[in-house]
Amino acid sequence: MSQPVLSVSGLTKDYGNGQGCFDIDFELYEGEVLCIVGESGSGKSTLLTTLAGRLSADAGSVRFRDRAGSSHELTTLAEAERRRLARSEWGFVTQHARDGLRMNVSAGANVSERLMALGQRHYGQLRETAAQWLEKVEISRERLDDRPTAFSGGMQQRLQIARNLVTQPRLVFMDEPTGGLDVSVQARFLDLLRRLVHDTGIAVIMVTHDLGVARLLAQRTLVMQQGRVVEAGLTDQILDDPQHPYSQLLVSSILQA
Amino acid sequence: MTEACHSQWQYNFAFLDENTKRMLRRALLKAVAIPGYQVPFGSREMPLPYGWGTGGIQLTASIIGQDDVLKVIDQGADDTTNAVNIRRFFARVTGVSTTSSTAAASLIQSRHRIPETPLQPGQIMVFQVPEPEALRTLEASEVETRKLHAHQEYGLMHVKLYEDIARFGHIATSYDYPVMVNDRYLSSPSPIPKFDNPKLHMSPALMLFGAGREKRLYAIPPHTRVESLAFEDHPFSVQRWEQACALCGSHDSYLDEIITDDAGARMFVCSDTDYCQQQQEGKA
Repeated sequence: MSQPVLSVSGLTKDYGNGQGCFDIDFELYEGEVLCIVGESGSGKSTLLTTLAGRLSADAGSVRFRDRAGSSHELTTLAEAERRRLARSEWGFVTQHARDGLRMNVSAGANVSERLMALGQRHYGQLRETAAQWLEKVEISRERLDDRPTAFSGGMQQRLQIARNLVTQPRLVFMDEPTGGLDVSVQARFLDLLRRLVHDTGIAVIMVTHDLGVARLLAQRTLVMQQGRVVEAGLTDQILDDPQHPYSQLLVSSILQA
Repeated sequence: MTEACHSQWQYNFAFLDENTKRMLRRALLKAVAIPGYQVPFGSREMPLPYGWGTGGIQLTASIIGQDDVLKVIDQGADDTTNAVNIRRFFARVTGVSTTSSTAAASLIQSRHRIPETPLQPGQIMVFQVPEPEALRTLEASEVETRKLHAHQEYGLMHVKLYEDIARFGHIATSYDYPVMVNDRYLSSPSPIPKFDNPKLHMSPALMLFGAGREKRLYAIPPHTRVESLAFEDHPFSVQRWEQACALCGSHDSYLDEIITDDAGARMFVCSDTDYCQQQQEGKA
């Protein structure tokens, strides 16, 4: 089997008041979706932001293998290098699209921004790439020059996906991307996401409090409670046969379809 | 330089005290050493409001000497309110001679224009800058813009140019057009028309930029590469006019449109009054 994109061992971020995330271990491979589920305050988002290097870790190691095959230790990486990786190898999809988008420039500019940051300077090509990506996320090409403020919540979230995937990152962090969406929009969004992950072979780490999302998308799931991973394994396994009392509670709380 | 000037109020030479001038000169040395980098400085209260050229005046005050010949331009002209007042201010607090001739000046303070007459080695241009941060309209946080400069992440600036083309079909930014100085720092050339941007490239004169309210100064030393940003398929271009100047007939200077009566009659004349006069005299 190929090398993992991300391997995490003993990762700890301690806020000092018992909050944070403690002793996290997992590995993530190409084309794999990993869901981190748990209730509010269980340390999911802390874990995600620490992995993405936006918070500094207190202990442990996070190794990332880039496209060229060289390995980076993210907990000690210099900021310049981290920002370079964030531009070229990662994506970050936020819960609220307006945190992840530039609301005062057009959709096309939003999608092109990362390409321009990587040095593309041909307007016609940028525009064509942006239009193709809008279509990939099921937004009509005609909306290219509209601002995200004119988009619905679901469209904004899809635009955010396009903006992140346009540079073909290897690893995408998602923080409750379906949080603000109603159920039907959410279903289409997850469908789209599953297709894009399948087509592009990116690895995704997604934080969610919704086991339904995990069931649809994720090969593997971590269940977190009070900053610790209480159960980890294949999503189907956790859903069918939860071992930890907390996982059992979560699973039993899903409405049976 | 501490001798009193000719004023009845006995100000120090060039108004600022010697320690302030020293602080400014130190900052200027750093600015010249790192072309395009914005150096913070302790901006002083000046006897005119922010926005009227306090940054430029402080720079001029810190470098002016008794042998200097000062020219002040506002909107290209030597006889507009701000130009007249700043020129009179320095005449009063330094006693140096002033001029409206670009060729005769050793020190030129300006806001909106670089003179049409080519600058010479040894001349110094001082710009009054309202907003030194070219990225400010796109990124409100100073902490973040400093990081963007430090890591040379300038994709954001192209977002603005992209947006211009998407909306207007061409790069509609016509003044304060962003430039890359010495292939490293993105800089605002102050609100000069983009017509003047090519004059910054490899200029034999020293260009100093001061922003009083924002407390930043930066510099473009002589013979420095200055590149105006653009797209490959939308290259940088400057304004062109079909008319010639109505007064001097010049075809290659920056023209102002002036409305001459209530019926909408208008004429185009050189924005640079000194240049226009020279052209007229040259013909006569």
